[in-house]
Amino acid sequence: MSVLTPVRGSGRIYAVNPVAKLAASLLLSLFLLVTVDWVSALVALVLESVLFVWAGLGARAFFRRTAAIWIAAPLAGVTTVLYGLPSGVAYFEFGLIHVTEGSVQLALASALRILAIGLPAVVLFATIDPTDLADGLAQVVKLPSRFVLGALAALRLVGLFLDDWRQLELARRARGIGDTGRLRRFLNQAFALLVLSLRRGSKLATAMEARGFGGSTVRTWARPSRFGAGDWMLVLIGLAIGAVALGTSIATGSVNFVLG
Amino acid sequence: MTRVTRVARGEGSGPLGAVPDARAEPSGPAGVAPAAAARGTTPAAAAGAELRAEGPAAGAELRAEGWGWRHAGRAEWAVRGLDLTIAPGERVLLLGASGAGKSTLVHAFAGVLGGSDEGEQEGSLTVGGRLPADSRGLTGLVLQDPDSQVALARIGDDIAFGCENLGVPRDEIWRRVDEAMEAVGLDLPLDRPTSALSGGQKQRVALAGVLAMRPEVVLLDEPTANLDPAGVAEVRDAVAAVVRSSNSTFVVIEHRVDVWLDVVDRVIVLDPGGGVLADGDPATVLRERGAELARGGVWVPGFDPLQGRPARQAAAAPAPAAATDARPTLLATADLAVGRTPAAVAARGLDLDVARASALALTGPNGAGKSTLALTIAGLLEPLGGTLRARPALTGDPVPAAAEAVPPAADSDVPVAEGPRARADERRHRREVRRARRRGGTHGRALGEHPFAWPSRELLTRIGTVFQDPEHQFVTGTVRGELEVALRALRLDAAEIDARVTEVAGRLRLDGLLTANPYTLSGGEKRRLSVASVLVARPAVLVLDEPTFGQDSRTWAELVRLLGEQLDRGTAVVAVTHDRAFIEALADRELEVRPAEGSGA
Amino acid sequence: MHSTISKPAAAAATRPRPTLKWRVVDIVIASVIGVAAGLIFWVWNLTYSPFSAGLEAVLPGLQSAIGGVWLFAGVLGGLIIRKPGAAIYTELVAATVSALVGTQWGVLTLEAGLVQGLGAELVFALFLYGNYRAYVAVLAGAGAGLAMGINDIVLWYPALGGDFKTIYVIAAVVGASIVAGLLSWLIVRALASTGALNRFAAGREVTAREASARA
Repeated sequence: MSVLTPVRGSGRIYAVNPVAKLAASLLLSLFLLVTVDWVSALVALVLESVLFVWAGLGARAFFRRTAAIWIAAPLAGVTTVLYGLPSGVAYFEFGLIHVTEGSVQLALASALRILAIGLPAVVLFATIDPTDLADGLAQVVKLPSRFVLGALAALRLVGLFLDDWRQLELARRARGIGDTGRLRRFLNQAFALLVLSLRRGSKLATAMEARGFGGSTVRTWARPSRFGAGDWMLVLIGLAIGAVALGTSIATGSVNFVLG
Repeated sequence: MTRVTRVARGEGSGPLGAVPDARAEPSGPAGVAPAAAARGTTPAAAAGAELRAEGPAAGAELRAEGWGWRHAGRAEWAVRGLDLTIAPGERVLLLGASGAGKSTLVHAFAGVLGGSDEGEQEGSLTVGGRLPADSRGLTGLVLQDPDSQVALARIGDDIAFGCENLGVPRDEIWRRVDEAMEAVGLDLPLDRPTSALSGGQKQRVALAGVLAMRPEVVLLDEPTANLDPAGVAEVRDAVAAVVRSSNSTFVVIEHRVDVWLDVVDRVIVLDPGGGVLADGDPATVLRERGAELARGGVWVPGFDPLQGRPARQAAAAPAPAAATDARPTLLATADLAVGRTPAAVAARGLDLDVARASALALTGPNGAGKSTLALTIAGLLEPLGGTLRARPALTGDPVPAAAEAVPPAADSDVPVAEGPRARADERRHRREVRRARRRGGTHGRALGEHPFAWPSRELLTRIGTVFQDPEHQFVTGTVRGELEVALRALRLDAAEIDARVTEVAGRLRLDGLLTANPYTLSGGEKRRLSVASVLVARPAVLVLDEPTFGQDSRTWAELVRLLGEQLDRGTAVVAVTHDRAFIEALADRELEVRPAEGSGA
Repeated sequence: MHSTISKPAAAAATRPRPTLKWRVVDIVIASVIGVAAGLIFWVWNLTYSPFSAGLEAVLPGLQSAIGGVWLFAGVLGGLIIRKPGAAIYTELVAATVSALVGTQWGVLTLEAGLVQGLGAELVFALFLYGNYRAYVAVLAGAGAGLAMGINDIVLWYPALGGDFKTIYVIAAVVGASIVAGLLSWLIVRALASTGALNRFAAGREVTAREASARA
């Protein structure tokens, strides 16, 4: 029903603490961020693709969830081909457009880099249950529990928002304005949804407050969020992929640091 | 899978009959709990015993002394000059006309009214001698809207939420969660998503979450107003069981008195002008103040909101079958299947027709597809199978046009064929509807017989739809704007628009509110506006989804009268409803919708 | 602050000194705005590409002008909640929700949300969380736009030429001032008229003004 419904299953990946998935993805990304070169991105991508097999996503789900990345990566490549830092042989020039040997190489690197950063995140996040993530963020990372739980409670309203949206759409047709300008209707509906969601939010806040939420008592947790060996393993894997990718790039001399 | 019955008006138990005890789910034998508790052997009873043993006292005293509250930015006080004492362990039904400040008072006792930046307080208010803000966790509050008070995604987590906030140790939390679920008769897995629950179940989860905190005071703010009769019974029984097995102080706000009469031992009526209007045992208060309360919109047993006058003129004389058939048919379905998406058929095999000046009630259990059927009849959802056809009496098309639109099966009065041919017909029918919808505007051509294919504007004068939640219908920033939307879409001239707005606003008592923002109206006013904004276009068919849901008896009577008038004028009415009194007052026929097999609904 | 001027009791009661401590309703409403915005971001993530490509064809770097759509959450949150951290928190929740659904920026979506929220937050802080007029909203939008522009050219467009980067940052600031700044301010006013913000000073100010205009 909800776009935020996590993929469920019994594989090992489902037992991993969402915080570990977040950390692994972050560490990996940090290594790839410091350089724009095709070697590091490609090495990371190859190593990651081995992991995707165990990620708990079928091929169809994988491509459905990552569709936006497959579109964005080549687009970023095109931008870089046209407007990237010029170097080497110039193939074509027009106004601000400089297609050069260097910009083509950078374009390839940019596109691969987006895939290498984006794909593992989507794959890892697809199996995150928001409830477990909140448990982890509050108990393991020690983020303020009031805010983590507030966000989690609000997230639960998504399903209701989607139901509201459908009703709003039908109601506009029933009221005789279903065929008027699409953008205007969209904005009208989006505003109505915002009003409805704030109403629900206010009621939810009252209900939560009545159950002692936000009080001065130190809260306990009905379910512990554990961070065990398996979780550390995933973090290490993220770290290792990033390090190997960057190391290879440095060793082959193709590294191209972002700053400097 | 449907059953059509003729409704014999004026029979049955009357509008204020007892709450039906049919339960929607097999899972919730809430009625078991009290019996078990009485035997004193089950965990539910043990929970009750423990509540008494562990609680600091039986319950806390609630006291208001010269208390008043004014919301920030408002000129008038929500409550003022209130003196009230509720003894520990008392069970109180709090009544009053809408606007009397019942909800404000209960929120104040629960300590959730907000700080000094949200309003001004005078006098004093205490719970067990403490300020409400300092007694969090000792007072539990259940609110009206089932959807807005579930905080977390899994049942167990949501019930545990209050305990966690109070710092209860982990093992103790889960023990309490189990007990609380038992006490409210919920037998479901702890990790069941809260989104998959019915309204009655959600309210019981909320109640369980409150009980798990072991409160001294339980406050219920219209806990059953948004539920169907089965859900009402479910929640009432759960509360009754809890009340019997615990000694907490208990206060419920409700405008349907009959629901709680057996559970409470005291009734307090708040005066909209400030202070208490009546206070005492239920029988005395209702005897002395019943008429007054009924006038104020409270559903009091024995008081007919229609005051004995029939809602429909035509209804005075039961129409003979022949006369019924003389009314021209406006819409007819054959073997209709409905659903929100093609993949999810909610109900199928629906045969019905909608005739001028007739009222059809759509009933059936939750999730049976009643609303989906109504929205399909209204031309808003695409039929998923079978046919829905508008007749010339509704389309205004010249009669041959209807035949032209369906080349092979020229005679649309012939019942649909069986078997594979029927399915082929069905597919062709759906293709036609889609094609017609794509063509968009009619541009002087015949409208065609598929309401789903009509342009949005063409629906206005033909099929008007009143949604369950009035707020879904609001599209402008003023009441006047709402009333004008349809008329502008119909491109009427300014004088005509003005005349119609004035007429409808007067009839529905909205004339003093024309510049108000629709979202700021009261529940009853919102309902009246949502009906008015549809009626202003004078549709031939009026489709309503649970029009009387959660309404007080005054708004209820107004709505029923208004719909009766419309029927007398020849409008056809199709209403999804659980409301027996509504059906008895208005409906000619009742169609009981049953869920499609394997729909999972 | 208002110690020297004595006001009539009634006026003082309706306008008490605003507290900067977060109430439960502040947290929940900020979260709800964040979640709703996150869903809008998700839709926008799937649809912005053609618009972006079109603008880029007109002038490379100009595509950041419509990036303001990703920035409205923080400004809106800041304008409604009026508490320190509201802009950062709301934008971060929105970013988290869209990342959970899936974006091409992966975990760095969170980083972007944090930085963009910070851009708006700094502007509100600069006015000591006491001024929420239209020009402050526009400046907050501009602040978020500047943060987004700089963040993007460092992390995502390091390989591009200087002209592109300059245009990108300027367009981001201008676009965000309007889309995230002015538009959010207008949304708050419209929301306030519906009574949905009655528990917030941002809402009560507008309804009080409307009431006195009617009277």
